[in-house]
Amino acid sequence: MGAPEFQTPPLKEYPVIPILAKDAMAGSRPYVASEKMNEAIGFPGKLVEGWQARAIAKMGELLGKYRSLKVFLDACVHCGACTDKCQYFLGTGDPKNMPVARQELVRKVYRRYFTFAGKYFPRLVGAEDLTEAVLEDWYRYFNQCSECRRCSVYCPYGIDTAEITMAAKEIMDSVGVGQKYTNEIIGKVHRLGNNLGLPGPALADTLETLEEEIKEDTGADVRLPVNEAGAEVLVITPSADFFAEPHVFSLIGYAKVFHAAGIRWTLSSHASEAGNFGLFIGSYEQMRKIALRIREAALELGVRRIVVGECGHAWRVAYSFWNTLIGPFDFLDPRYPAPQHICELTDDLIRRGAIRLDKEANDARVVTFHDSCNVARGAGMGGIARGQFIIPRRIIQAACNHFHDMAPETIHEATFCCGGGGGLLTDELTELRVKGALPRMEALKAVVDEHGVNFMATICAICKAQFSKVLPYYRFDMSMIGGVHQLVGDAIRLGRND
Amino acid sequence: MSAVTIIYACLFYAATAMLVVGLAAKIAGYARTPAPLTVPTTPAPRTRAGVALRMAREVALFESLFRANKWTWLFGWLFHAALALVLFRHLRYFTEPVWAAVALAQPAGVYAGFAMLAGLAGLWARRFLVERIRYISTWSDHLMLALLVLIALSGLMMKYVSHTDVVAVKAFMLGLMRFDWQPLPADGPLLVHLFLAAALMALFPASKLLHAPGVFFSPTRNQADDSRERRRLAPWAAELEKK
Repeated sequence: MGAPEFQTPPLKEYPVIPILAKDAMAGSRPYVASEKMNEAIGFPGKLVEGWQARAIAKMGELLGKYRSLKVFLDACVHCGACTDKCQYFLGTGDPKNMPVARQELVRKVYRRYFTFAGKYFPRLVGAEDLTEAVLEDWYRYFNQCSECRRCSVYCPYGIDTAEITMAAKEIMDSVGVGQKYTNEIIGKVHRLGNNLGLPGPALADTLETLEEEIKEDTGADVRLPVNEAGAEVLVITPSADFFAEPHVFSLIGYAKVFHAAGIRWTLSSHASEAGNFGLFIGSYEQMRKIALRIREAALELGVRRIVVGECGHAWRVAYSFWNTLIGPFDFLDPRYPAPQHICELTDDLIRRGAIRLDKEANDARVVTFHDSCNVARGAGMGGIARGQFIIPRRIIQAACNHFHDMAPETIHEATFCCGGGGGLLTDELTELRVKGALPRMEALKAVVDEHGVNFMATICAICKAQFSKVLPYYRFDMSMIGGVHQLVGDAIRLGRND
Repeated sequence: MSAVTIIYACLFYAATAMLVVGLAAKIAGYARTPAPLTVPTTPAPRTRAGVALRMAREVALFESLFRANKWTWLFGWLFHAALALVLFRHLRYFTEPVWAAVALAQPAGVYAGFAMLAGLAGLWARRFLVERIRYISTWSDHLMLALLVLIALSGLMMKYVSHTDVVAVKAFMLGLMRFDWQPLPADGPLLVHLFLAAALMALFPASKLLHAPGVFFSPTRNQADDSRERRRLAPWAAELEKK
């Protein structure tokens, strides 16, 4: 779909830092949002008159609102620690995909308008006017950052490119340069309750069909309720779980867990989406507005707990931001964390013996786990240090006999983004997505060759969709990717536990 | 009173004022700006004590840089550690009587001058030899390295090539601090050394040297992983709740 031809990079035995390929990805550019899409979520429809002054004013406003931005724009010393850490640089060789160089696109403008040195000695410190060419560079290269924060782990000052990408996107939105994929989806979530635009009645139908399928498969009356007032748990899950494969297998997995544990749960058609693309465009207000639907649904249904399904960035927003954005959660049961991750819930049930898993059910699978960037670097789990790494692996190992981790420099907080996060999961960015997946594909190939891995589990809807698309480019079977609760769902005992 | 003394006295007052006022303004700006969301990078400690420990490791050992790149870490850490020792050694020019610890650090402090140069040379070489770092280097990056190298070289010259009357230098410095000016020896290396040091002080708040205070204010490093227990509502964000 409009994407230019490109070569899938070969998988190398050992990771190699590429030689700089200037402007290699200068042609990568997502579709621009239409006037209607921008206006529907409160942004100017198209590039406004006097955009330059407005953009600079917006930058000034953000510098006063976010300490991260203010400190990060001053603190960089160009040490180069981050230069070989971004999967988009490793996959494309384009120097502007080195985190520091990406940041410089904003920093050079910041220097020009907000610092003494940049105002009077622009050449010396690398300061530049905000011209149309610079804006174009922003649009191209800030849409080549998945806000995965890998660079931030290695920066001696913790400079987080995601914060700068979000600021750049917020500035661009404020002058009418919105990205179609993200802004269209934000419109949908407000209009219909979810990112995929699935209306309430269709959701109810889909869930009913799933119930029938599970009944056929297992003989058990596993329910997938929606809008059931008085349920104990409200589950907020990415809408892809409702009908995309392999996502739906995880949804079935959650349903089986609740069934086996005897917990009354419900979905909500008002908040039928865990994803929150407000994060991707860096808009606090959008992020809050999207998250508020969930608070409203929880109050309306009178639930005691909120549990979040397998969605990476949603878990970052839920775990790290919800309490601030839409808290406090004083109306929920204080005995459980608010919000709780589905993995926290399942892990707890397994450990208490409240559900039983038959590992043999997954014996045909040799499993590895892909840590999703937003869970790994932007959230936590279980109230323990590194819980977000321990808990999903503990669940997998309770559900499978064969598990092998990928190379240590590619997992845990050093994990690579799948290549499709941050609002880049759109067809016109296929080249970027395929090349950005290279480091993960190399690490995967190593465990495939060594251990015969044939299943990569993950807890993120974007990872699942992204890998389903890019695995075939690297000659892997697309059904290798799936959810942690897909494994749980296949192994769980639905009858009596004794 | 010679012209050199008057010029250098004024220079140091001006440089000190720029350093103190500029840095105070920057730090106040960082402190005043809210951090509206919880954004620590993994592995984030769960308590304030854990954060203090993480920050201490970051500042003293350059933990993240060590993970990122061993060469940059080696040269960077060598330079900073040596600089710290050299600065500490220089306290003897500003204290009377000289503190015992400062007196003790004198011999090591001289070698630290060489270590500092070695670190700087390594860092500078990377800016030419490593393609990625060459790409991101600006003129000011080179200028800052040149400044530091020249300060170190002129300092070592006074020790090993052309001696300066350090007793007079100390009298000059103490005189500045007590507003009772004393003559400054007009030796070439000393004048270069002092001029560049003053320039560095003046440039500090307007340059990338702001990484020094910046690291303490970096939300990804100074926040605890306590988001489910603690709301972090910024004043401007609280306004949204009133709507």
